[in-house]
Amino acid sequence: MADRVGIEVSVAIGDAVKQANVDVIAAYPITPQTHIVEHLAELVANGEVDAAYIPVESEHSAMSACLGSAAVGARTFTATAGQGLELMHEVLYVASSMRFPVVMTVANRALSSPLSVWGDHSDVMAVRDTGWIQIFTENGQEVVDHIFCAFRIAEDNKVLLPVMIHLDGFHLSHVIEPITFPDQSKVDKFLPDNKYPLPLHPDKPVTMGDFAPPIIYPEAKWAQEVNLRASKEIILKCWQEFGEIFGHHYSPVERYHSEKAKVLLLTMGSFSETAMTAIDKMRGEGRDVGLVRLRLWRPFPFEELRRAVEDAETLIVLDRALSFGGPGGPVCSEVKAALYGQAKKPKVVSFVSGIGGRDISPGDFEEIINKGITISEKGSPNEFEIFGVRE
Amino acid sequence: MAKRKPKSEGEMTWRDLEIGAIVTEPGNASRYKTGDWRSQRPTYDFKKCIKCALCQIFCPEGCIFQNDEGNFEADMYYCKGCGICARECPTGVITMVEEEE
Ligand code: SF4
Ligand code: SF4
Repeated sequence: MADRVGIEVSVAIGDAVKQANVDVIAAYPITPQTHIVEHLAELVANGEVDAAYIPVESEHSAMSACLGSAAVGARTFTATAGQGLELMHEVLYVASSMRFPVVMTVANRALSSPLSVWGDHSDVMAVRDTGWIQIFTENGQEVVDHIFCAFRIAEDNKVLLPVMIHLDGFHLSHVIEPITFPDQSKVDKFLPDNKYPLPLHPDKPVTMGDFAPPIIYPEAKWAQEVNLRASKEIILKCWQEFGEIFGHHYSPVERYHSEKAKVLLLTMGSFSETAMTAIDKMRGEGRDVGLVRLRLWRPFPFEELRRAVEDAETLIVLDRALSFGGPGGPVCSEVKAALYGQAKKPKVVSFVSGIGGRDISPGDFEEIINKGITISEKGSPNEFEIFGVRE
Repeated sequence: MAKRKPKSEGEMTWRDLEIGAIVTEPGNASRYKTGDWRSQRPTYDFKKCIKCALCQIFCPEGCIFQNDEGNFEADMYYCKGCGICARECPTGVITMVEEEE
C-alpha cells in the first residue's frame, strides 16, 4: 500500500529521490534548498540509499560533478536555489547540450542584492534559455510525483535532456504537507534503469563536449533545439502513464474554471493554489473569471496555451520576476509572443508581484484581477504593473 | 566529428550528429588539418642540425618528427607556422618564410 504521511516537502523530495534509486548526488547546500540535500546526505550516510554523495565546494562544481556522473550513465540528482543556480549557469548549458539526463530540484529564490533568501522566480528566469526541460510544481505531492516523472523523461532515449523541477522556496520547500509515496514496486516498474546510450567507457572510447568550428556548431545547436521541442511528446506520454498508474494527472497548461471564462488569470508555481481560492470566491459572487497555470515552462507549450486562452477577452499574467528595463514579466512576454500571430486572442495585461518572498493573499489576487480588467478596458501607459509595492 | 561513416563537416546535417555531438570515432582529430592555419612555414638548413630535438619538444602542435635522414622536420599537414621551433633551435637551422600556397 502507498504511504500517506505528513512530511516537510524538502524531506519528501529526499525520500522520493531514494525511491527513484539514484546513483549519484552532487550538491552544495543553499537556503531554501538545504533540507533537500541535507536529508539525502543523511540517507546516504545511514546506508539507506546506495548512492555516492559528492560534497563539493560550490554549485559550479556540483553541476560539473553531475556531468561526469551522467556521462558514465549513473542516475544523477542535485538541488539548488537562487544564487546557487546562477553560479551553475555556464555548466547548465553544458548539461543540456551534452544531453545529460540530470534531474535537479530548484527551490526558487530571489537574487541579490539586497540579500533575500525568500522565494520568487528571478533565478528561474535567468536560466530560462539553458536548454533544460523546466517544470513548475504547486504543492508537495506534485514535487514528489515529478521526481519520478523527471527521471523517466530525462533518461528516455528519445529525450536525454536534464530536467529542472521548480518549487517555490519556503512557500513550498519548508511546509509540512500530507504526501502519498507510491509503492516501491510501482516506482521500479515506472522508472526502468538508466540506459544512457553512449556512456564514457574505456572499452568504447568517445569524446564528449568536443570542439565545434563554425562549419558544424549551428547544426549541433539546431539538433538540440529540435530535440528539446520533440521532448514534449514524451513528457505528455509520461504524464499520461503516470496518471494511469498513480492517479495524479498533469498537463503542460492546467485549467481551473477557465473554460469559457471571459477573464483569465495566469500563474506559475505554488501561488496558483492561493489564486484558486480567489477564483472560487469571485465565481461564487457571479464573476466570470478562471485560472490557467503554466506547468511546463520549457519546452514552452504554445498550442496548449493558445487553446486555453483563445476564448477569453482578458488574460492577466502574474510574474514573480522582473526583466529590468524590458517589456514586463518574463512569463508575460512569452505569452504575448505566443499569442501575437493569433487571429483570436485576449488582451494581455502584465503584473509583477510576490517578489523576494512577499505574499500575495487571495484578496490581493482579487485586486489584481479587478485592476487587470480595468487596464484591459481603459489601457495603460505602462508595459506592466507592479502590484503590492508602496509607491 | 561524429558518425561512423565519415561525411565531411560541410556535408553533415544536424541529423548526422550523434546525441550531444559526441564523437564516437577515437582519434579522428588526426584528420583535422591544422596546417590550414599557417601563414608562415619553417625551412631548414639541416647541415647545422645537432639533433638535439629541442624543436620537437617545443612544437605546440607535436608535429615535428625525424625524417628518413634523421633530421627533425615538421609534418606540414599539421604545422600551424607559429615559428616556435625557429625561435628555440640553438643552431639556427630553421628559418620561417612567408607561406605562398
Ligand atoms: S612552426 Fe610551430 S607548428 Fe610548425 S613545426 Fe614549428 S613549432 Fe611546430
Ligand atoms: S632544435 Fe634545431 S638543432 Fe635541434 S633538432 Fe631541431 S632543428 Fe635540429
